[in-house]
Amino acid sequence: MTDSVSPGSPVDRKAVIDAFARRHRFKWYEALPWVLAAGCYFIFDGYHALGAQIFATILFALSLDLLIGFAGIVTLGHAAFFGVGAYAAGIMAANGWQEPLSQLVVAAAAASVVGFASGMIVLRTAGLTLLMQTLVVAALLQELANKWSSVTGGSDGLLGMKIDPIFGVFRFDLFGHTAYVYCLLVLFIGWLIARNIVYSPFGRSLTGIRENTNRMHAIGAPVDQRKIVIYTISAALAGLSGALIAQTTALVGLNTLALSKSGELIIMLVIGGVGQLYGAFIGVPLYMIAQDRFSQIDPIFWYFWIGLFMIFVVVFARGGVLGVCGRFLDRWRSR
Amino acid sequence: MSETLSITISILFHGLAMAMVLYLISVGLSVTMGLMGFVNLAHGAFAMAGGYALVLLMKQQNWPFGLALIAAIVICVVLSLILERLLYRRLYGGDELDQVLMTMGLIFASVGAATWLFGPVSQSLEPPAVLRGQINFMGRDFPTYRSFLILCGALLVTALWLGLERTRFGAQIRASVDNLRMAQTLGINTSRLFTIAFGLGSGLAALGGGLGADFLNVGPNYALEYLVYFLIVVAVGGLGSIRGPFVAALIVGVSDTAFKYLAPQYGAFFIYAITMAILLWRPRGLFGQSA
Amino acid sequence: MTALALETKSLCKTFGALAVASDINFKLERGARHALIGPNGAGKTSFVNLVTGVLAPTSGQILLGGEDITSLTRAQRVKRGLVRTFQISALFKKLTVLENVTLAIAEREGVANDLLRPAGHHRALIEEAYDLLVPLGLATEALRPVTELAYGRQRMIEIAMALALKPKVLLLDEPAAGVPPIETGAIIDTIEKLPADIAVLFIEHDMELVFRVAQRITVLVQGAVLVEGPPAQIADDPKVREVYLGESKH
Repeated sequence: MTDSVSPGSPVDRKAVIDAFARRHRFKWYEALPWVLAAGCYFIFDGYHALGAQIFATILFALSLDLLIGFAGIVTLGHAAFFGVGAYAAGIMAANGWQEPLSQLVVAAAAASVVGFASGMIVLRTAGLTLLMQTLVVAALLQELANKWSSVTGGSDGLLGMKIDPIFGVFRFDLFGHTAYVYCLLVLFIGWLIARNIVYSPFGRSLTGIRENTNRMHAIGAPVDQRKIVIYTISAALAGLSGALIAQTTALVGLNTLALSKSGELIIMLVIGGVGQLYGAFIGVPLYMIAQDRFSQIDPIFWYFWIGLFMIFVVVFARGGVLGVCGRFLDRWRSR
Repeated sequence: MSETLSITISILFHGLAMAMVLYLISVGLSVTMGLMGFVNLAHGAFAMAGGYALVLLMKQQNWPFGLALIAAIVICVVLSLILERLLYRRLYGGDELDQVLMTMGLIFASVGAATWLFGPVSQSLEPPAVLRGQINFMGRDFPTYRSFLILCGALLVTALWLGLERTRFGAQIRASVDNLRMAQTLGINTSRLFTIAFGLGSGLAALGGGLGADFLNVGPNYALEYLVYFLIVVAVGGLGSIRGPFVAALIVGVSDTAFKYLAPQYGAFFIYAITMAILLWRPRGLFGQSA
Repeated sequence: MTALALETKSLCKTFGALAVASDINFKLERGARHALIGPNGAGKTSFVNLVTGVLAPTSGQILLGGEDITSLTRAQRVKRGLVRTFQISALFKKLTVLENVTLAIAEREGVANDLLRPAGHHRALIEEAYDLLVPLGLATEALRPVTELAYGRQRMIEIAMALALKPKVLLLDEPAAGVPPIETGAIIDTIEKLPADIAVLFIEHDMELVFRVAQRITVLVQGAVLVEGPPAQIADDPKVREVYLGESKH
């Protein structure tokens, strides 16, 4: 122990260590998304189907945030895992296995197997080569789904899915009432998992890999192994998300594996803010609600405007909504 | 003569024609990525613009083929230089994710703009009468247009290689790809160099997109649909390499044609599998610089 | 147990025609304070990269405490107590000082593979990290992001992170590089106060630091050992004067 005059006095010591050790505790604002989501169930009665889609997509974006925002792995092929999950659930549902929860488990498992196998190959590289390889993995799976039409339905999509009621009680209805609650609950579980990882020593070490890979090697971290683990977990969460979409829309098509799907997802995440765990909760609803509104007016223009908007965000509003708000807050505080 | 030989020649012929198109489009991408390490996913949009310009100038304005082709190149070069000044320049040496986002935004904007301007249906190229039909070469009939494509491609590739080998500008490009810092300390104006390379690359892409319109259908989704092909050529060839992408384009062109002819039930599956295998073996591509 | 802390046997590394290490036979005693000096481009940093496993040698052997570690990964060498710092600070810039050091300790303890419990529950690690910062005078800045600190302070964090790994052999790559003269004093003090049981090899250009701290000096020129000996002998060696010390007088 040091003497009390030194900067490292015991009182300070406890305060500093407490502040550091308590970062993972829940803050009040973390309840906001869930309170809002519960409230929206009663307010926007006619939009439950859209709500369910939004929740499933938030889970998808959250899984991508673990890669891009925390481990620093920039991928263009995240739709691969979403698609594998969607097809896994869909193929089961179309072939007589109609129980939804076991479909979720199989979908997550299938996606994590694909994530692990492709991760072993692609994570050895970085930068452009990594982008390209992740893109090729997704393209390869899309072509497989396209050509293996006896199982996947090819370019027509997978039809004839039948899903049992959840626990044999809650039937998926046309208005999406069940789907809304179901997707929200799965998202909640996925969020707990992601949050837990982010604040765990493993999650902190991922941040270290993002910040300075060489230093992680120098402090003895098995960097490649860590990347493969998070890639596999992220793939599983993306697979869950794909399965949710498949179950709640009773439709799986080739577009679940497409580059545009991965691209849109990155855009949604970035609109919200990368690497902050809540970017997905802001970016996805903004994007999807805007798309829903906009598409009814002019579907062609949607891509045009979102493209221009993205360029604008990159050049002028870095860090997305959370980033801009954070900077605004900083400026306000420093006054 | 045996059937096998005839099939082989046919595959090589069409594969070569496709390789020329892929190379013309991708070589600019390889150089700009090698020079500035810039991840320009939107490169295909310039090829698409070239394709649209060529097809529409011929169809709607009745311009002759050659004139329309030159106009297409000029339009694309000007367009690309404007975008380079306005957008790309801001992100040089920046965050990889930002580059991905910005160019992904450009792709989406190009999809929207093309659908809005030209409709969702893809446009087909109608070559001038001289280039239609078949020509006979050593007792064998070949489609005239594709023969023309191969010839054009071969001439351009030779001109490009000679230009990079023999001219001062070419030497500057090669030096800068090799070592950007060194080139800057030697007094090479790398910023101007990059602008020129960017414009040149876009011009070649426009040419490839125009000439190759009968391989790669000119539709609004062009930049998304074929991105994987362009990136494969660049990554397999090796970043920054001039000749590497040509070998890669040959591999992709010939094997794509072969598989689509011999085993159409698998589609492009094998191209992707081969790509992964090559990159597993050589992560930096066939002609990439080692670390 | 008389094995050397670190030893290289006929270590060679060539890039094409360029030899960055040729036949280096180097011995680091236990608890040594050993300096590696030489003109720019002599291959000092390459030597550190070879020893720590960033580069693979063309031929030769590297022994740590008598064990052959030539074919081990970087991480495995660190686990065996071979730790380095970087010439240009390589820290997690956006993270806090405390977090930087805690990350290192978590790796050492093998806790970093835990993805179930929050990092804050491993309180002993955080306490250890904090207590490590106190004698280095970094405690008041524990919760500030590294990037907000002056460069001299960042160099201290480099050393703190290395110490956090409880090294047996510590390689300091130019610990005082880029630090303004006012702040070098603190760094020299820190190096002098390093625990006696750690064998320290440091690369340095600052001759004041070298002659104040080192018990032995190895002079590297063009990838080969020119001469090795105690400081007094090195200072008087005509070859060294010619190649190195003479050069710096101009």
